[in-house]
Amino acid sequence: MSDILTIKNLRVEGRPPGGTYVPIVKGVSLNVAKGEVLALIGESGSGKSTISLASMGFARPGCRISGGEIWLNGRDIMKLSPHDRHALRGNEVSYVAQSAAASFNPALRIGKQVIEAPLWHGAGDAATLTATAVDLYRKLDLPNPDTVGNKFPHQVSGGQLQRLMAAMAMSCGPDLLILDEPTTALDVTTQIEVLKAFKDIIRDQGTAAIYVTHDLAVVAQVADRILVLKNGEMVEEGPTAQILHDPQHEYTRTLMAAVRPAPHLVDHVDASAAQAPVISARNITAGYGALTILSDVSVDVPAASVVGVIGESGCGKSTLARVVAGLTPLREGEIKLDGKVAAPSVKDRPRDTLKDCQIVFQMADTALNPRQRIGDILGRPLEFYQGLKGRARLDKVGELLELVDLPRSFASRFPGELSGGQKQRINLARALAADPKVILCDEVTSALDTVVAAGVIDLLKTLKDKLGVAYMFISHDLSTVASFADEVVVLYAGRVVEKGPSKAVFSPPFHPYTKLLLSSVPEMRQGWLEGVADTGEAKAASAGSVVIGAKGCPFSNRCTHVISGTCDTVAPPLRVLSDGLEIACHLPTGELPDRGL
Amino acid sequence: MHRIILTRLAQGVLTLLLASIIIFGATEILPGDVAEAILGQSRTEEALATLREEMGLNRPAIVRYFDWLGGMVQGDLGTSLATKRPVADMIESRMWNTLRLALLAAAISVPLSLALGLWSAMRAGGRVDKTLAMTTLALIAVPEFFIGLILMKVFAVELKWLSASANTRPYFDFWQNARALALPVATLSFAVLAHMMRMTRSSVINIFTSPYMEMAALKGLPKRRLVVLHALPNALSPILTVIALNLSYMVSGVIIVETVFGVPGLTRLLVDGVTLRDIPLIQACAMIFGAVYILLNLLADVLSIMANPRLRYPK
Ligand SMILES: Nc1ncnc2c1ncn2[C@@H]1O[C@H](COP(=O)(O)OP(=O)(O)OP(=O)(O)O)[C@@H](O)[C@H]1O
Ligand code: SF4
Ligand SMILES: [Mg+2]
Repeated sequence: MSDILTIKNLRVEGRPPGGTYVPIVKGVSLNVAKGEVLALIGESGSGKSTISLASMGFARPGCRISGGEIWLNGRDIMKLSPHDRHALRGNEVSYVAQSAAASFNPALRIGKQVIEAPLWHGAGDAATLTATAVDLYRKLDLPNPDTVGNKFPHQVSGGQLQRLMAAMAMSCGPDLLILDEPTTALDVTTQIEVLKAFKDIIRDQGTAAIYVTHDLAVVAQVADRILVLKNGEMVEEGPTAQILHDPQHEYTRTLMAAVRPAPHLVDHVDASAAQAPVISARNITAGYGALTILSDVSVDVPAASVVGVIGESGCGKSTLARVVAGLTPLREGEIKLDGKVAAPSVKDRPRDTLKDCQIVFQMADTALNPRQRIGDILGRPLEFYQGLKGRARLDKVGELLELVDLPRSFASRFPGELSGGQKQRINLARALAADPKVILCDEVTSALDTVVAAGVIDLLKTLKDKLGVAYMFISHDLSTVASFADEVVVLYAGRVVEKGPSKAVFSPPFHPYTKLLLSSVPEMRQGWLEGVADTGEAKAASAGSVVIGAKGCPFSNRCTHVISGTCDTVAPPLRVLSDGLEIACHLPTGELPDRGL
Repeated sequence: MHRIILTRLAQGVLTLLLASIIIFGATEILPGDVAEAILGQSRTEEALATLREEMGLNRPAIVRYFDWLGGMVQGDLGTSLATKRPVADMIESRMWNTLRLALLAAAISVPLSLALGLWSAMRAGGRVDKTLAMTTLALIAVPEFFIGLILMKVFAVELKWLSASANTRPYFDFWQNARALALPVATLSFAVLAHMMRMTRSSVINIFTSPYMEMAALKGLPKRRLVVLHALPNALSPILTVIALNLSYMVSGVIIVETVFGVPGLTRLLVDGVTLRDIPLIQACAMIFGAVYILLNLLADVLSIMANPRLRYPK
């Protein structure tokens, strides 16, 4: 067989700062043939990235490849001199990282970075290589292929940059391509274009590829074979269809079970009898400096219920949470917390108001002070809000830890000694220390892998039932929101385009944007990608980009239903359809998109 | 970009103006005036009145302030009330002492702190890094005048290697000059060295551990190319900013060091001015210190904008 890459019994060790080497990858073997895509899946910390980097003979600082053979194009690269090994990278094998925004050097023009590797390895002169790169840009459907190379990374959008990174990886005509979570940081709508681009280019060039991801629906679209990893060991390996539909190993089955069904297929929570709202945000307009992000947004969060807020990156989801919490002042409108008007700025809010409304952020890591023990992190809000000291404080810390399913002994640990999911539990416990009526959860599960995220969601549910706390749950993961929220608000470019009970929002009739979002969520069905990428909706959506502060309907530059003359001049107001569902669209109710999911 | 610089310059001028008003007001409020200071204890009421009349001190404060401001705007620093000499001349003869001190300290501390910062960044977590971290932390915690006094006690008083007074004479040879200046220059360098080194270290580490450096390494580029082509352009902006900020910090350092070591520089002039209530002299010295401080801060901002592609090439 024409294997491009064969790895035999790979061992990699890592050393935590100041510690001794411990095994990270414990004897993994794999092979990838020409034109084949092998997916590595597994939870975070299972060694996916470490293995894929090792196939270039590379180990991150603090790690070392301690054993095994890595055969690339018929040579064991561990036996090569460092110089010869360097010569392979960016030449025979190249790498696409998770975040293009972070992986492009901000100080250099894009084009220069794209052709840097082949130029350095002597594959041609700058002019020829640039011409090849422009061809690649064109193939990747990038706007302005002739000039995009002259731009700096910050001058193009995230989705475009991710495709430019694909061009950067392909520019040297590699035999092996390594893709490390290349679409995880993208919105579902952007993900489609990028996935399609990767797939086409791999097919056209007959490249072998290793695709690292934790999103099984994405795997179903791109992979030929799947290798399941756990704790640095191989659990199971097989063709995509077999792993997805007939997993043999217990662990693979848990992974499959953690996959949530498509949002419109979920059993929705039945909206309970109307409760008094704990958060009532009326006609909020807010922004940063001269920039207005949110305009005329109204959202209610009833007591002991979950309101999901969805929308693409940059649509103002976090801004909404920050405005409610008083971290970003509102310009117009009013916020009532538990029936009382709250001051716009957190500084002016009395302790009782602060206590009622707590916020938990996406980045579990950065939100916790690394120099404080968990006991102190939880103890401080207990003291501040509940006046607990000494013994009582200590007891309550223990109770909080148990509440979030962590052992009491964690009180003496530092945040650095916890995993991502555990840190997020601590963040939740800290919010709970105030005994709040409502918690604003801003992408609390986005940085976690599926299994761990599912655990956090279950915990949120339990806490809601036990304590009667309400959530404003912000996420770009529609499936999670669909399964968890009682009501859903869809934001687009800082405006509410649709809101209502989950069930009504996720079933027809849809707002055209909601429809686009829903049809962009990857499905486990193989071949789904090709079908969806060819629809007029997907094409129209990828042609335009989000415009904040548009005069008419903000979605009009990407909408296939656009009524010219009306949609681009008059902003559609929210209008009430049946059963509490509200939609902001000029289309008559009968013409709103309904089928096709 | 031009707009930013212009607004910042305007803000700077406004700040200086405000400072001049405050200084003028404060000197007015202090008991006594220049006439009393000149005549001393043996004054008579008539003599005082005549002198005040002569110096124009009887005019309302507002008039005298705008008088001074009018001259200032035309580049005239005015005449010292106490010595009757043009302030510009008095400053010129002292400026060199201050400038020499600051320039020497900058020439030593900037390259040294960049080199040390880079060194500990390259060996982050190693023994060199840890030792430097401890030392610099200790240095930051100790105020300048204390460092100065310790150095003086050890090297001038006990060991008698160096001179405790920084008063140089025109006939001094190189070694005599060096002996006189070593301690004040060292003290001033210490004041900024630690801070500059730590900031250099952290910005370089930040860059080395960034995903784009890993990406560049995965293109198979050699280390030298990584550092020069990928790290340096990004390190430039933070490092230049660090330098400019620390040089501006030196302005206050210079005042302290000159006082401790008795350097006959601008500070001495300023102190003399305050003792004699010689407003034009005080104002001129304060304006110079203020302007240098503001300009260096502005320079820091401009440099960081120029070295940042996000700001140089907006969307
Ligand atoms: N501090 C800030 N200063 C200026 N602009 C900001 C600031 N914070 C956010 N923005 C801008 O406000 C807009 C909305 O940001 P927000 O963080 O609310 O979006 P989001 O929907 O939460 O996106 P994501 O899914 O990426 O978190 C974006 O265009 C963003 O660039
Ligand atoms: S208002 Fe017009 S442009 Fe906006 S979503 Fe409806 S049909 Fe599309
Ligand atoms: Mg956000």
